Amino acid sequence: MTTTLSEAESKKLLATYGLPVLDERTVKTAAGAVEASDAIGYPCVLKLCGDGIAHKTERNLVRLSLGSAAEVDRAAQELLGQATDDDGDVELLLAPMIRATREFIVGADRTGDFGPVVMVGVGGIFAEALEDVVFRLLPAEEHELNAMLDDLDTQAMLGEFRGEPAVDRSQLLAVIEAVGSAMIDRADIESIDINPVLIADGQAVAVDALVAVRS
Amino acid sequence: MTLSNTDTIDLGSLFEPAGVVVAGASSHPGKFGFAVLHNIITCGYQGRVFATNRNGGNLLGIECLTSVAQVPAGQADLVYVCVPAAAVAQVLRDAASVGIRAAFIASSGFGEGHDGEGAAHGAELAALADELGMVIAGPNGQGLVSTPVSLCAQFVGPFPPAGGVSIVSQSGNLASGAMNYATASGVGVARAISAGNATCLGVDDYIGWLADDPATTAIVAYIEGVADARRFYETVKAATARKPVVVVKGGTSDDGARAAASHTGSLATNDRIFDGMLRQAGVWRSPDIGAAFGAAAALAVHQPMQGPNVAFLTTAGGWGVLTADALAPSPLRLMELPDDLMSALDDVLPPRWSKGNPIDVAGGETRDTIPNALHLLAAHPSVDGVLMLGMGIQSNTAALMRRGQFSELEDIDRICSFHERQDQRYAEAIVDASAATGTPILAATELALSNPENPGPATLREHGHPCYTSPADAVGAFSALFARGRHLHQQ
Repeated sequence: MTTTLSEAESKKLLATYGLPVLDERTVKTAAGAVEASDAIGYPCVLKLCGDGIAHKTERNLVRLSLGSAAEVDRAAQELLGQATDDDGDVELLLAPMIRATREFIVGADRTGDFGPVVMVGVGGIFAEALEDVVFRLLPAEEHELNAMLDDLDTQAMLGEFRGEPAVDRSQLLAVIEAVGSAMIDRADIESIDINPVLIADGQAVAVDALVAVRS
Repeated sequence: MTLSNTDTIDLGSLFEPAGVVVAGASSHPGKFGFAVLHNIITCGYQGRVFATNRNGGNLLGIECLTSVAQVPAGQADLVYVCVPAAAVAQVLRDAASVGIRAAFIASSGFGEGHDGEGAAHGAELAALADELGMVIAGPNGQGLVSTPVSLCAQFVGPFPPAGGVSIVSQSGNLASGAMNYATASGVGVARAISAGNATCLGVDDYIGWLADDPATTAIVAYIEGVADARRFYETVKAATARKPVVVVKGGTSDDGARAAASHTGSLATNDRIFDGMLRQAGVWRSPDIGAAFGAAAALAVHQPMQGPNVAFLTTAGGWGVLTADALAPSPLRLMELPDDLMSALDDVLPPRWSKGNPIDVAGGETRDTIPNALHLLAAHPSVDGVLMLGMGIQSNTAALMRRGQFSELEDIDRICSFHERQDQRYAEAIVDASAATGTPILAATELALSNPENPGPATLREHGHPCYTSPADAVGAFSALFARGRHLHQQ
């Protein structure tokens, strides 16, 4: 049977393989959320997380651009109130709000024919229309993973873009390598989605992550 | 022959047999069993030829045996089988009993029609290959070609000129297609095989052997599907370290996304992963057989490019403009000419040359202008590839003059001969300068299509050099040479 790890657990797992993540905190209560948001600063993002919650956006469990302790407190209470019995243990994930114009998707999957594969692609709202994605078989050498970025059709996404610097390729490569390494190291991982990987000032950061494991 | 690893299977007895038996030879010129015997004999196979026919008799000068078991032991290495499916197993047992180690099975009825009986024959064949220790190609294939021993063991044409390109195809007709391009271009073939159902020997088995074949300088493969993708990947990746491999993948449109829990899984279509796998294995992928043969021809004849810098030498402006456009979206560069090269070109080109790249001599060339410029460009360290455009124009003019009613005029004959010698000289300079420097020089002109006898393209063909018929084809070939250089650099 396949189960999903919570966003926080997914990121924690992948961070050990070098996934660049934000300074995030997990808390259980609204008061804890306010304490954490005061520490990391505003604006910030609050999400309801749990092993039973795979698709937060579809269930409206994400609150963006929270600008004050009062907003965090109100959002935290709302989200905790939206948890259902099926969700099991839940927690609140608090993260700094990142402004980015470019999004990528990075993932991995175990396929019947090809074995484990890793993917990088253009993310964001046009991802499904463009379907600009590139795969490699795992395990793969660093130069093979690096070449994935050359194979994207939308090369303009990697260069200077709307006043922002070019993507730091080594950072995006670190996301791909972390996903690939976890997939090889942990035979119980069925799939990984890092969606989106945001590019802020050229730097890649994983904003959401979902790891599915065989249990 | 089932192997769990990627050991290379020895296909020497298939491609370089000392003797061949046609099992199921026929007296009817419309039958496979006639055509293959005819082709083996008429194309000049250098080894011993035997044939079997139930009724014996003499076919095309060969006294037919009534069974493969009657072939003198040790006299043949390959049996070409065109008997009905139900009789194939006995032929293989007889063949093994007289020391034959390889079989090509043309017969159909081994599961390609998705019938139960055929599938059973197919399974039986795989087991028999193991039991007899034979390498078995096919079934349901057209045959094989091996020019180093002048072997044309196929029931179709063509028999291409000898050269370095080897062809592996899951479609017999596309194997012929690649050989037709070889015949048209003069860039010859070493080995070619129609893999048929690939019941025992898969595309990767052939590629693995060809990578170590001294006669093969480039491999082109048409693939619809592979039985074991991981084994294919490992084998082909190992092969590209030794020889360039070009692949055309068929069946890409029938590739719906599968239902998957993850975003990655839903985007992981078969063709996308196959494409990534080919790139990772260092394979050059082409969209069709013509482009694939064009890329393989360049890879077979020329050294890989060491960088992206291409110089165009042209006597015809428009072609240079269009080719520059075709080059723009590729990783190749229409290079800026360094100062020392500019001044060296000034010394050999007419004063009105373009003073930049494309290097357009603007019709001011004299006898040695183009050969001198080709040698100069190819020898310069900053130039990674040279494209010659406009070859053959003078001979095309001459061709019209020679057909006119004034062709007897002494001046016309003299000038026509000069024109024709010039294009021949250009082609020879392409061959010589690329060989001397290791810098690939490609030529593109549609005259290779409209008048293959034009001395420009004809001279390249005689030397086994490709002549591309469109800017896009030439850019594709350069791109393959550049990718090859990069791949070897990463090893």
